[in-house]
Amino acid sequence: MMTGYPTELIAVTALGCGWLLIGLLALARPHSVSWVARGLFPLGALAGIVLTGLALAALHHSAQTLVLPLGLPQLPLHLRLDALSAVFLLLIGATSAGISMFAAGYFRTGEGTAPGLLALQYHLFLASMLFVVLADDAFSFMIAWESMALSSYFLVTSQHRIAEIRRAGFLYLLMAHLGAVGILLCFGVLQGGSWQFSFAALRAAHLTPLWASIAFFLALLGFGTKAGLVPLHVWLPEAHPAAPSPVSALMSGVMLEIAVYGLLRVSLDLLHAQVWWWGLAALGLGLLTALYGVMFAAVQTDMKRLLAYSSIENIGIIFLGFGLTVVFQAFRMPVLAALALAATLYHCLNHAFAKSLLFLGTGSVLHATGERNFGRLGGLIHRMPWVAWLVLAGTLAIAGLPPLNGFVSEWLLLQSFLFTPTIPHDFINMLLPLGAAGLVLAAALSGYVMVKFYGIVFLGQPREARLAQARDCGRLERLGLLWLAAGCVFLGLIPVQMLALFSRVTEELLGASLGTLSQHWWLLAPLSAQRASYSPVAFMFSIVAFVALTLLTVRLLYHGRVRRAAPWGCGGSSLTPRMQDTSEGFGQPIRQIFEPFFRLQRELPTPLERAPHYRVQVEDRFWFWLYAPAAALVQRIARLASVVQQGRISVYLLYSFLTLMALLVLVL
Amino acid sequence: MNITGVTAQCTEIAMSVAAAPLLLGWVNQCRAWLQNRRGPGLLQPYRQLRKLFHKDAVLAANASPLFRLVPYVEFASMGLAAAIIPSLWTGLPFGAAADTIALVGLFATARLFLALAAMDIGTAFGSLGARREMLVGFLAEPALLMVFFTTSLIANSTSLPTIADSFARHPLALYPSLAFAGVAFLMVLLAENARIPVDNPATHLELTMIHEAMVLEYSARHLALIEWSAALKLFNYACIGLALFLPWGLAQGPADPGGLLIALPATAFKLLLVGAGLALIETLNAKMRLFRAPEFLATAFLLAVLGLLVHLLLGS
Amino acid sequence: MAPLPLQIINLCAALMLLLSFAMLSQRRVLTLVDLFALQGLVLSISIGVVAWNTGQPHLYYSAGLTFVLKVVALPLILHRLIRRLDARWESETLLNIPTTLMAGLLLVMFSFALAQPISELATTLTRGTLGIALAVVMLAFLMMITRRKAVTQVVGFLAMENGLFFAATSATYGMPMVVELGVALDVLVGTVILGIFFFHIREQFDSLDLSHMESLKED
Repeated sequence: MMTGYPTELIAVTALGCGWLLIGLLALARPHSVSWVARGLFPLGALAGIVLTGLALAALHHSAQTLVLPLGLPQLPLHLRLDALSAVFLLLIGATSAGISMFAAGYFRTGEGTAPGLLALQYHLFLASMLFVVLADDAFSFMIAWESMALSSYFLVTSQHRIAEIRRAGFLYLLMAHLGAVGILLCFGVLQGGSWQFSFAALRAAHLTPLWASIAFFLALLGFGTKAGLVPLHVWLPEAHPAAPSPVSALMSGVMLEIAVYGLLRVSLDLLHAQVWWWGLAALGLGLLTALYGVMFAAVQTDMKRLLAYSSIENIGIIFLGFGLTVVFQAFRMPVLAALALAATLYHCLNHAFAKSLLFLGTGSVLHATGERNFGRLGGLIHRMPWVAWLVLAGTLAIAGLPPLNGFVSEWLLLQSFLFTPTIPHDFINMLLPLGAAGLVLAAALSGYVMVKFYGIVFLGQPREARLAQARDCGRLERLGLLWLAAGCVFLGLIPVQMLALFSRVTEELLGASLGTLSQHWWLLAPLSAQRASYSPVAFMFSIVAFVALTLLTVRLLYHGRVRRAAPWGCGGSSLTPRMQDTSEGFGQPIRQIFEPFFRLQRELPTPLERAPHYRVQVEDRFWFWLYAPAAALVQRIARLASVVQQGRISVYLLYSFLTLMALLVLVL
Repeated sequence: MNITGVTAQCTEIAMSVAAAPLLLGWVNQCRAWLQNRRGPGLLQPYRQLRKLFHKDAVLAANASPLFRLVPYVEFASMGLAAAIIPSLWTGLPFGAAADTIALVGLFATARLFLALAAMDIGTAFGSLGARREMLVGFLAEPALLMVFFTTSLIANSTSLPTIADSFARHPLALYPSLAFAGVAFLMVLLAENARIPVDNPATHLELTMIHEAMVLEYSARHLALIEWSAALKLFNYACIGLALFLPWGLAQGPADPGGLLIALPATAFKLLLVGAGLALIETLNAKMRLFRAPEFLATAFLLAVLGLLVHLLLGS
Repeated sequence: MAPLPLQIINLCAALMLLLSFAMLSQRRVLTLVDLFALQGLVLSISIGVVAWNTGQPHLYYSAGLTFVLKVVALPLILHRLIRRLDARWESETLLNIPTTLMAGLLLVMFSFALAQPISELATTLTRGTLGIALAVVMLAFLMMITRRKAVTQVVGFLAMENGLFFAATSATYGMPMVVELGVALDVLVGTVILGIFFFHIREQFDSLDLSHMESLKED
């Protein structure tokens, strides 16, 4: 154990500054794609890999702190690198490495903002996420948080000539600030009268249960807005599709998880006493979010919107795990809380990899075809085999299938749900196991969503003739995709090692480690091998061996003759690509089953129409329940306020004068 | 992990794979008898497989490599599932590598790959079948997992062999929650194996088929593997049902040679009963309209959840 | 491990709940009556077991009465009624079945939570089943709410009575004989009167659909 000199922290800080420097260097030749994309982005990716290594190293040391004499004279920047920060640094580093590598091949000229500016915003975004994770006082946290929001706003609106994108960006900015206000107020409550805003002081502050609850719910509001918790999710399906794909990947894969980091930091580190109904609230909201997200994902017709809703689902699962952690902790069952927290952290990491991979894949498809709409895609596995096969890994991971990574975290979460009947509370122990039913339903539905996504985009026949010109992605993009896909597989195979890492976090936050891990490096048995065990390595090996064996046996015993023919045309003329299921068709059963949740607008053709026209639009009910009334209210208040608007300069000056007078009277 | 364990494991997989078409043949034979037909005989599925393996494969012109890979993946997943499910022995080495949750995941993997393969050719039937299969799946999968949850809570373990062991070796006890779980499991079994009343395995009537619509483009050895894995899936589900609800007679670990002498006839006898019961259910029921399938499965899911709730209330 | 009689009663409780859900999800009227008869059978078995376990002779009578009335007599009457009324259609539901079942699940949770404090006061061995009995009553109520046809309403009413009876036997080992006889008579008479009502309803509206009764409302 090394406590003295904060080597890793200094290195990480330097790395963050390095990202800023890369961004500034891009301004040197802002219009040169070769300089920015081929030169600087790979450098950023390299920094990401180094960051991964540093985070891994930091996980093996105790917490390190650093005070930088920057900013206002009385307010130096406090930085701290502990296990929780290290895990999220790992997430940022490892995911951004793949995304930056992809971005190096992705950005081209002639698309909205100049590449140099884009690179500046991109690296600023990365660096601010890094500093959010490192921040150890409320001021530096808020500064980093705000610069994260602003830089990502500019990235979202990089194609600002399109009105729709400007609107999405505005909505994003609005919601981001709503969240920021929540966080700011939360810190205000947390200081508890000491007016000291370093995290150490916030930790030491004693809050009454009421104020602690207020702080918790403000944090839930603030970070939930950023993470896309229902009903604060409306910006997410607008903003994520609007951004360029690497940025969508970064937002969906990393930024949402950073919001989760904030919530974990505030509720498990700064607030030490947990109350069980906080956890229940988070759990309920998480469940709602998961089901709501996946339900809407199933009926989308735009591939990036589908992925955005799928992100909402995954955030729901993460909040579910977080809520379970709080409940267990409140009932003083720290080992189980540690298990739930480990599942939560694991799912953050898994979602980061898999969702970035999928968003980057849509980016490649978008570049190759210019299409985001499912109705004009199809059959791309023939034209873009690299993208198709690598994206398949992400698809399976998001669908939560073994032996990939998504399964492991869901497995851990289900295992911790299996312990909820032991909670010493008569009603909770009956209510909570039902949460598992909801989780499983969401996970199963995400399989449906992923079949829809993959099947319609990559399989079948191309729905448009010009898809025949689609080209596979370039070498750098391939490398980025490969890194993330390998991550999905790798994270699925080494759960024992990952849990050992997460154990550091649980020791730090909950005072319990998952100490009784299995003796074998390949067998995951979180509590006892008798109770439950899972070995992804053996699983993977067996299934590969079985496939190979079957293949060989069939080949050895029988001939391998194959004839190619046209697919069966139902006895009539040949099939056209138009006869395949559309995305609307694929979503139809879900629309029908969950009809009360959707706001449907449907135009059906009559049988006699010459040019039949069918349109179905699914809208979010929350928009009409919550946001439209809120907007109307704001409008009405604004109209009331407009009474003071006179249009005459002298009146305005009078206002200023009166305000000044009033303030003087108050102060003196 | 020793040699006997591995040998027993491989034997169990091989026997499951070999016996699966026989169970299917038995179900079909029973159905024929119940419907006053003579039936094709017990060995018909084997004859069919043999014939299919010898044919030339016809692939659609635009079939991707995924399409050719999927039959093997299907077969391997079902074979692997047979390794997890204790049909003769409990306490086999692979039991530790995957528990019931992983088993559900494995079934989900198989389903997802088959649905993707169905969409690969881009025919109307393929995507229709894929959509319907996923519809059945997303409700059946949680129901199955909730059944496993209830039994796991009773046995304090999610590992299927351990659950079977603890049920078989405990003094006889009536678990009310298992009544719910049993009904839910039966419904899931019918739906997942494309049996009446959810799907009809014998039909090619376009508007109602689910499983057959998905595999319409497969032929020869690929089709043989798909059919075989479908038979194996039925076999696996039957064995899961036996392990959960009638676990008596399983041999305890590979080191127990005397146990096998009881386990083999016991399992065979139980499977005969299951097959006959299945045929009876299929004969007595009519196929539902497709719109009713989600209702049927939602009922299964809710029953499974209810079983969990009853377990938590009564503590048994 | 609980003693065997208790296990049997618990099993009966679960089966009654299961049958309630089956009735909730059943569309066909005749099957509904059969399910009701089955529930009566389970109920009489459980009363018999309670009688055997506690050695109270009057419970045997009560079990026999339940059997005669709910497994034989009432289903026969209902079958005949349905045949005479030619009402073998599928009964329509106001909510679709999954939603109804979902509501049923919530009701079960609600009644379990409600019964928790009461059952802690009870001293009998079988107090855990009180929540289930309550749930059976509520589910029957739900069935009456969500069905349109008059016959299903009667079955719902009778199933509700099943739940009450089960609560009485499981929680307090039965009511006094007089009360039970009175209740049994009430149920019988109630069914007969409702049967007469059916004929009147049908005469009036040419249908047994209760939504027609909305036209009786004065504006």
